[in-house]
Amino acid sequence: MSHLHDPAFLRGMTQPRTRREAFRIAGLSAAGLALAACGVQGQKAAPPKADAVKDYWSQQTKHGRVVFANWPEYMPEDQAPLKKFQSETGISYQYKEVIQENAEFFGKADPVLRAGQSLGYDIVVMTNGVQLQHMIQLGYCVALDHSKLPNFAANAGEAYKNRAYDPGSTYTIPYTSGVTGIAYNTKYVKDDITSIEALFDPKYKGRVGMMGDAQEIANFGMIALGVNPEKSTEADWKKAGEKLKAQRDAGIVRKYYDQSYIDAVSKGDIWVSMAWSGDVFQRQLAGEPVKFVVPEEGGTIWTDNMLIPKGAANPVDALMLMDFLYQPAVAAELDEFIQYVTPVPGVQDILKEKAAKATGEDKKALEQMVASPLMFPSEADYAKLHTYTTLSTQQEQVFNPIFQSITQA
Amino acid sequence: MKRLTPYLLALPSWMWLAVFLVVPMAAMASVSLQTGNAIDGFAMTFSFSNYADALGRYSTQLVRSLWYGGLATVAMLVIGYPVAYWIAFKGGSRKSVYLFLLLLPFFVSFVLRTISWGFLLADDGVVFGTLKGWGLLPADFHVLATTVAVVGGLTYNFLPFMILPIYVALERVDPRVVEAAYDLYASRTAAFRRVVLPLSLPGVFAGVLMTFVPATADPVNAQVLGGTGNTMIGNIIQTEYLTNLNYPTASALSFTLMAVLLIGIFIYARALGTENVLEAAAR
Repeated sequence: MSHLHDPAFLRGMTQPRTRREAFRIAGLSAAGLALAACGVQGQKAAPPKADAVKDYWSQQTKHGRVVFANWPEYMPEDQAPLKKFQSETGISYQYKEVIQENAEFFGKADPVLRAGQSLGYDIVVMTNGVQLQHMIQLGYCVALDHSKLPNFAANAGEAYKNRAYDPGSTYTIPYTSGVTGIAYNTKYVKDDITSIEALFDPKYKGRVGMMGDAQEIANFGMIALGVNPEKSTEADWKKAGEKLKAQRDAGIVRKYYDQSYIDAVSKGDIWVSMAWSGDVFQRQLAGEPVKFVVPEEGGTIWTDNMLIPKGAANPVDALMLMDFLYQPAVAAELDEFIQYVTPVPGVQDILKEKAAKATGEDKKALEQMVASPLMFPSEADYAKLHTYTTLSTQQEQVFNPIFQSITQA
Repeated sequence: MKRLTPYLLALPSWMWLAVFLVVPMAAMASVSLQTGNAIDGFAMTFSFSNYADALGRYSTQLVRSLWYGGLATVAMLVIGYPVAYWIAFKGGSRKSVYLFLLLLPFFVSFVLRTISWGFLLADDGVVFGTLKGWGLLPADFHVLATTVAVVGGLTYNFLPFMILPIYVALERVDPRVVEAAYDLYASRTAAFRRVVLPLSLPGVFAGVLMTFVPATADPVNAQVLGGTGNTMIGNIIQTEYLTNLNYPTASALSFTLMAVLLIGIFIYARALGTENVLEAAAR
């Protein structure tokens, strides 16, 4: 009988370790413990020194390749703007739709960047909010060399050059902005929805989609209460939390969604949902029965920003691509597909000219785009749109549990 | 030297365990007792209250996960045993074809499979849309965003891990033993209950372990198929790690989950009599 088939041997394998062995294993664990016992280092970064930035960029060279990490449905399917970039500069690109949620993306990136390793992406797109704030605070972003961003300087709108969360565009430049509002499926909802109260209406019990992101849902809870999220206090968060909890407990909400809400609302699993403007327009173009509104009480405007993560292999190529997207013609091509708010105001005129030359369906679609307040908001429109609250680390520890206890009950 | 050989041969696997199991576990144990935040860093304070806080906040989700994991495991056993039995005893020369068919969907990624269930089960999708069209279901009937969807998804996703070990155990049952049972006037039921079933228990034991543990800890099914009241502990751990960067709470929850599962497995092994099971497997 071979050793392996000896029942006595197997029994030995399943019996408790002897005490000496147990100590030995414990010793090994203790070594591991000692490794970790010193704690997880904080990485709070000081603002970059001008010399250091200059030094960094003087050491970088063009490598002829760039890896762009972006959100889904954020680039025409034929990737025309990127192809154009490749043929004009000879830089080959990889385009990866790997970012579905800021929190999740940051959570995955944090340990990698904390360990001083490279993410493998040269450009990353993140929304203004807690996670982008963390990226900047922790020193995970490469300070940009504005001498290499002439198109940005020439073509970006003023509001997009001066953003409170990144003064002087030190680390980021906008990719696009968008509006969070309400989407509804016109096959099931016959009324025109105008108010945020639709999301709380028992008429749509079990057919309402809310967003799982703490800030997004908090904003809508506060707007529904008539509170401006930018100026909100802890008391407002609690009140918003109560309203959202009541909405959930009444069975009105079907689910707290990530990017997948758009499939759910266009399939009819949900009828009314919190939504991001451009997603809905893209689905409309594809012929799906969805409509987008900014509630009369207000919505939120956010900006997705391009940044170069620390340790990126091809920062020069990345910077060239970022600047390339600020050529008005390229920005127009991009915006015609993604239909969000472009940071390049010149796009409106380009699309207007294009509409004048186009015929039939194309003409109609282009004219609608040019006139859309959700692609080219006026001053009055901007007044209705709130931005996110900026939270300190301490505030986050109060804010998150209030809203996560609702979305993750 | 000769006496050392088995240990030397085992050395790579011990090293592997040390590097990829012991060290991370020790690190996690340490983090679970630290306090601080991700920006300023965490420091060791031996804060055992992390465990109490985490459990206090998330006991609902923990209990729910065990419940869902248990339900799914039972469902897998009920579905999986007959399938394994059929392939092992009635599969004939096409056994490997059936096994291949069983595994075929698993060439596609776990998450994608779950998402396609989302499409399949959509309220007005292929299945329910059609049934509703025929008037067989009320218009507001839905499965997505319910407990049924989550447990169903778990059952589907882990089923092969139940079937395969049972199949392997049944495959090794010598048909002559069954014949002998009949010769001794055992009825079909008695032969199954007193001969085949006991011999297949090692497979059942392994199958339950291999499905209950991952099903209980799984975050994907609850996220894709679940609704407002279906959050499982895996989702919470994910949120605490990735969204809140609250590494101590996340680690404390992971350890608690692990402890609960280990205790459960221990009781289960005792109840089933691991020694007998392992001896049967070794035969």
